[in-house]
Amino acid sequence: MTNPPLTPVLTANWGQKTSWTLPAYLDQGGYRALYTAVTMDPDEIVNLVKESGLRGRGGAGFPTGMKWGFLPPPGDKPRYLVVNADESEPGTCKDIPLMMASPHTLVEGVIISAYAIRARQAFIYVRGEVLHVIRRLQQAVREAYEAGYLGRNILGTGFDLDVVVHAGAGAYICGEETALLDSLEGRRGQPRLRPPFPAVAGLYASPTVINNVESIASVPGIVKRGAEWFSSMGTEKSKGHVIYSLSGHVRRPGQYEGPLGITLRELLDLAGGIRPGHELKFWTPGGSSTPMLTKEHLDVPLDYEGMMSVGSMLGTRALQIFDDTTCVVRAVLRWTEFYKHESCGKCTPCREGTWWLVQILQRLERGEGSEDDLELLLDLCDNIGGRSFCALADGAIAPIKSSIQHFRDEYIQHFENGGCPFDPMAATLFASSEASAGAAV
Amino acid sequence: MREIIARYPQKRSALLPMLHLVQSVEGYVSPEGIEVCAELLDITPAEVAAVATFYTMFKRRPVGDYHVGVCTNTLCAVMGGDAIFAALKEHLGVGNDETTPDGKITLEHVECNAACDYAPVVMVNWEFFDNMTPEKARQLVDDLRAGVEVQSTRGARLCTWREAERVLAGFPDGRADEGPSAGEASLAGLRVAAERGWFAPTEGNGTAPEMTTRPTTPAEATRTAEQADTTRAADESRVAEAGIGAADQDDTDRDDSRGGKEQG
Repeated sequence: MTNPPLTPVLTANWGQKTSWTLPAYLDQGGYRALYTAVTMDPDEIVNLVKESGLRGRGGAGFPTGMKWGFLPPPGDKPRYLVVNADESEPGTCKDIPLMMASPHTLVEGVIISAYAIRARQAFIYVRGEVLHVIRRLQQAVREAYEAGYLGRNILGTGFDLDVVVHAGAGAYICGEETALLDSLEGRRGQPRLRPPFPAVAGLYASPTVINNVESIASVPGIVKRGAEWFSSMGTEKSKGHVIYSLSGHVRRPGQYEGPLGITLRELLDLAGGIRPGHELKFWTPGGSSTPMLTKEHLDVPLDYEGMMSVGSMLGTRALQIFDDTTCVVRAVLRWTEFYKHESCGKCTPCREGTWWLVQILQRLERGEGSEDDLELLLDLCDNIGGRSFCALADGAIAPIKSSIQHFRDEYIQHFENGGCPFDPMAATLFASSEASAGAAV
Repeated sequence: MREIIARYPQKRSALLPMLHLVQSVEGYVSPEGIEVCAELLDITPAEVAAVATFYTMFKRRPVGDYHVGVCTNTLCAVMGGDAIFAALKEHLGVGNDETTPDGKITLEHVECNAACDYAPVVMVNWEFFDNMTPEKARQLVDDLRAGVEVQSTRGARLCTWREAERVLAGFPDGRADEGPSAGEASLAGLRVAAERGWFAPTEGNGTAPEMTTRPTTPAEATRTAEQADTTRAADESRVAEAGIGAADQDDTDRDDSRGGKEQG
């Protein structure tokens, strides 16, 4: 890897004043990729994205160009492009700042991607709980219409595109692409059985491409600078730049954009390390649905293959960092409560299973459990995993199984102790500031 | 409501924004609001209610002027969200999903709101309040109850919950230009890269020669009006005179831009 550990592309203009406005975006080189794109044949762009090696940035890592290539040949039915901006996976916080600081990067990506897949209607499905982000998206779309980048006969090419910013209403499951489609159709957001896949029968049973914000936002750069430029970053099978989101017990949490394949050790170093006086205990590579890892895994490359090799997943590069003050049982219980709350209720193993997981974990956290409960938990996990329409239930069991694998003793400590041995205040941000103030003196 | 329906190829897609609009008027999803949605979309009230009850942002009881959501998902909880939520419950004398007797504040614990690098996070009317402490949170709700103007850490001056719901229904309130581009944490990596002189590879084998000057937008090319400039955000009124008013309704602007291109 010849590139430095940080390679700002999507984040590069976030520090500019009024970066969210069209004039500022144009001054930063914005919409130039669109001018290039419309001189190309749509299939050429699909091939370019395939060659770049761009893989979906929303967690699953499916090759974006291949997803586009699954669309059936143009027929009677309209095609749709839907952007999944329902960022809700615990720990994930990259798309929201992107849309806040530079909504036009996404809008330009939407226009080019829609042109490439021959869609005339696109939707940006953004979670409802981010008012200011929605304001900026609405304004960016309006500015793009006013400038002539959206609407009829875009840049004189005969290409028409309308974009609707659609606010969700609070449901984690709508980040699952088929649930998102049901929600966008005005229904309860419940996943659909596949096949048929959305590429064949998606929104309104028409061919539909659904991509994550960061994936679509990466497209203008690929068009502007080429597939080789993109794939010059990253590793052999994990190409390009990604946003790593560090949160929790690090000195400088935040967004760090670099090539795929750097390590958590490198990132922690850039972020000033774990907060003073403490050490890393456990972390998630890409949100709570990706099995947790420990300090043993600090040098594993943060790419799709690296994370698979240690039994986890790259997910959304949501690196939640927890130090030695954190009770792993409390952390896992809270995530499990989240999955129980967010289970859409369609599949029995998920709906009932997550409820039972919470009951058992609560008992364990109170110190009233036994070693048999750990076996019961693992047995339940085996009966929940892989038995539902979507991956929510698989995500729910990830923290439980991985925490028992790495921290079995801590569970046992709870019932030997008759309760949690940790002081929750010691883990807080305010405790940390007091501690570091003390250390500075 | 009909304006919302007109945005979509199939009208039932309008249901979520319509319910946001119902909340902006009624303060919650009222039985009357459900009836209106059902009638306009040709579905039954039961179908509308089934959707409304699925989503946590749709409320079955009136919400106060300020919805205060404390993130208690794992990372925020560990970083202090639990302590903040406990402090606010005690300070306000209300439980989860309850409203203060003066109708000002509805307190709720919320799930991950995609701001983990600013943990612990409190949302007020779905605007970010970053790196909170129990003390700051108490001060925040006191200010809100006292009618003091409050600005989000990375957003606009707070509007009421009902006004926010109207924006979510797709009707902009003209506040998009308030607040910064990004908070400090969002820029953390960028700062390190700048300090160390790190960049993404500058040029690749682009598929076409890159334009070196800022493109003239199609609308600009067809207009005699002055070119929009970077002072736009700071000087909305002058820009409005130039014919790209920020306060115009969406549809009007679209028609305007289409007309402009046809002339070209």
